[in-house]
Amino acid sequence: MHPARSVILFTTLSGLGFGLLFWLGIGLPKATGWIAFVFFVIAYALAVGGLLASTFHLGHPERAIKAFSQWRSSWLSREGVCAVAALVVMAIYGAGLVFLGERWAILGWIGAALSVGTVFTTSMIYAQLKTVPRWNLTLTPFLFLTLSIAGGALMAGEVSWALTLLPVAAAFQVAYWITGDTALRRSGTTLASATGLGDVGQVRAFEPPHTGPNYLMKEFMFVVGRKHAVKLRIFAFALGYAAPILLLTVPFGHWEAALAVVCHLGGVYVSRWLFFAQAEHVVGLYYGKR
Amino acid sequence: MTQLPETTTRKLGLVIDLDTCVGCHACVVSCKGWNTENYGAPLSDQEAYGADPSGTFLNRVHSYEVQPDDGAAQLIHFPKSCLHCEDAPCVTVCPTGASYKRTEDGIVLVNERDCIGCGLCAWACPYGAREMDAAEKVMKKCTLCVDRIYNENLPEVDRVPACVRTCPAGARHFGDLGDPDSDVSKLVEERGGMDLMPEMGTKPVNKYLPPRPKDRIEDQIDILAPLLAPVAEEPKGFMAWLDKALEKI
Ligand code: SF4
Ligand code: SF4
Ligand code: SF4
Repeated sequence: MHPARSVILFTTLSGLGFGLLFWLGIGLPKATGWIAFVFFVIAYALAVGGLLASTFHLGHPERAIKAFSQWRSSWLSREGVCAVAALVVMAIYGAGLVFLGERWAILGWIGAALSVGTVFTTSMIYAQLKTVPRWNLTLTPFLFLTLSIAGGALMAGEVSWALTLLPVAAAFQVAYWITGDTALRRSGTTLASATGLGDVGQVRAFEPPHTGPNYLMKEFMFVVGRKHAVKLRIFAFALGYAAPILLLTVPFGHWEAALAVVCHLGGVYVSRWLFFAQAEHVVGLYYGKR
Repeated sequence: MTQLPETTTRKLGLVIDLDTCVGCHACVVSCKGWNTENYGAPLSDQEAYGADPSGTFLNRVHSYEVQPDDGAAQLIHFPKSCLHCEDAPCVTVCPTGASYKRTEDGIVLVNERDCIGCGLCAWACPYGAREMDAAEKVMKKCTLCVDRIYNENLPEVDRVPACVRTCPAGARHFGDLGDPDSDVSKLVEERGGMDLMPEMGTKPVNKYLPPRPKDRIEDQIDILAPLLAPVAEEPKGFMAWLDKALEKI
C-alpha cells in the first residue's frame, strides 16, 4: 500500500494523543490546575493534529461531516463518532480539572473508554480489510491498542506503567511482523484464484491493461523501500521500544523523559510507515505484483 | 445507506466469456466514451499526450499467459470491471453513505455528491474495480450503464451496457443473474461460470466463463511431415574443406 504521509502522521500522533487522554481520564497522573492544563494541551495537540492531518488525504474534506452518518456499518464512520465523543467528554472533564480543581471521576472513565475506543476503531479500519491480508489479523488491533496505551503512559510520566506496557507492545510488534510476513500466503489468494484460470495451468501476468500507471498501481502496489524492511524494522524496534525502556531505567529527569518520548514517536512513525509500505493488496496479483 | 440490502429483486450483471474475448479493448474504449459524458463526473485523463499518461477507467483488460502441464501456453484476455457483488465490502466500509447497492436490481453505485474521496471503498474491493478520479477527487466505478439500460430514449437494442453493445466477439453478456431461467443464468450453468476470488466472500454477481479446452495436436501434424524432414548431412572430403574455407572468409 502507498504509505501516505497524512495517514501515517494521523495514526501515529492521534494514537499517542488518545493514549495520553486515556491516562488522564483514569486520573493518572492526578494533576489539576496548570499542570493538568499542560497535559491536556499536549494530548489535544496530538489527537486533533492527527485528525486534521488525516483530512489532508480526503478528496473532498469540505463534506467530512457526512462521514459521521454511517456508524452502523462503517469503521471509518465509527472512528469519527468515537473521536469527537472522546474529545468532547474529555474537554468537559479537563475543564473541571483545570479551572475548578474538581475531578469528575465518572466522566473521566467514560472519556478514557472513548479514547481507547477511538484507537480501536482506527485499528479496525485496517483489520477489517480482507483485501490486505497483512492487516486482516487479530494482532492489528492489539498492536494499535498496546502501542497507544504504552505511549500514553510514557507521555503521562507513568514510568512504572510505561516500563510494563512498552515490552508488551514490543512483543505484539514482533508477533505482528512475524505473522504478517506469511499472511498473504496463508490467505490462499493467488493469481490462480484471482483469475479462476488455475485449473488450466500456471498463470502469469503477460500484459497489463495499459502501458501507463493508474490509480490502482499508485495506491496499492508500493514496492519501493520494501527491500530495506529488515533494517527499518530494527530501527523502529530500537527507537520505538528499546530506547525509551533504557532511558526510563537510568536515573531519570525531565530531559530523559522528553528524549524517551521523541525516540518512541520516531520509532512508531517508522513502524507505521512499514505497516503501510509492506502491506500487499490482493489487487496487485492481477498486475503480477505484490 | 451503506448497509447492504438483505436481498435484491433482481441481480443484474455481466457474464464474460474468456474463451471468446480477443483482447481488442473495444469495451474499454466504449465504456470510457459513454461514461465520461453521462452518469456523474467525467473520467479524466492526466497528461494524455505527455510522457506519462494515465487516467480513470471503469473497465480494463488484462492479458494472462497460462501454461498447462503439457502442451502449448495459452494467452487469455481478461476484462475486469465492477462485479456488483452481493456482499459488497466496498459499500459497508463507506463512512458517508455515498456507496450503496440498489434493492431493485443489485447495481452498486456511488452518489458522488456525498463522496468525500477517502478511498476506503477502493481499498476494500479485491478486484481493483474502483478508481479515484484524479481531477474530480471522487470515486468512480462501473454503473452497469444504469443510464442506458432503462433509457427509453435509446432504441431497444442499445439498452444494454456500452461494453456489451460494442464487443465485436460477443464475449460479453448482460442480464438478470438472479433469475435461473434467464439467458445469462443458463449460459453460466452450461459453461461452468465462475467467481473471481471466491475466498474473499464477496459473492460477485458477474460471472466469468472459463476458456474451453483447446484441441490437442497429437504426435504428428501431417502424414506428409516425415517427407519434409531435413535431408542435409555433414559434408565429407572436398566439400568439408570447401565448407570450412568458405566459413573463414
Ligand atoms: S467488484 Fe469491487 S467495487 Fe464492485 S461491488 Fe464488488 S467489491 Fe464493490
Ligand atoms: S471514497 Fe467516497 S464512496 Fe468511497 S468510501 Fe470514501 S466516501 Fe464512500
Ligand atoms: S470488446 Fe469484447 S473481445 Fe474486445 S476486449 Fe472487450 S470483451 Fe474482449
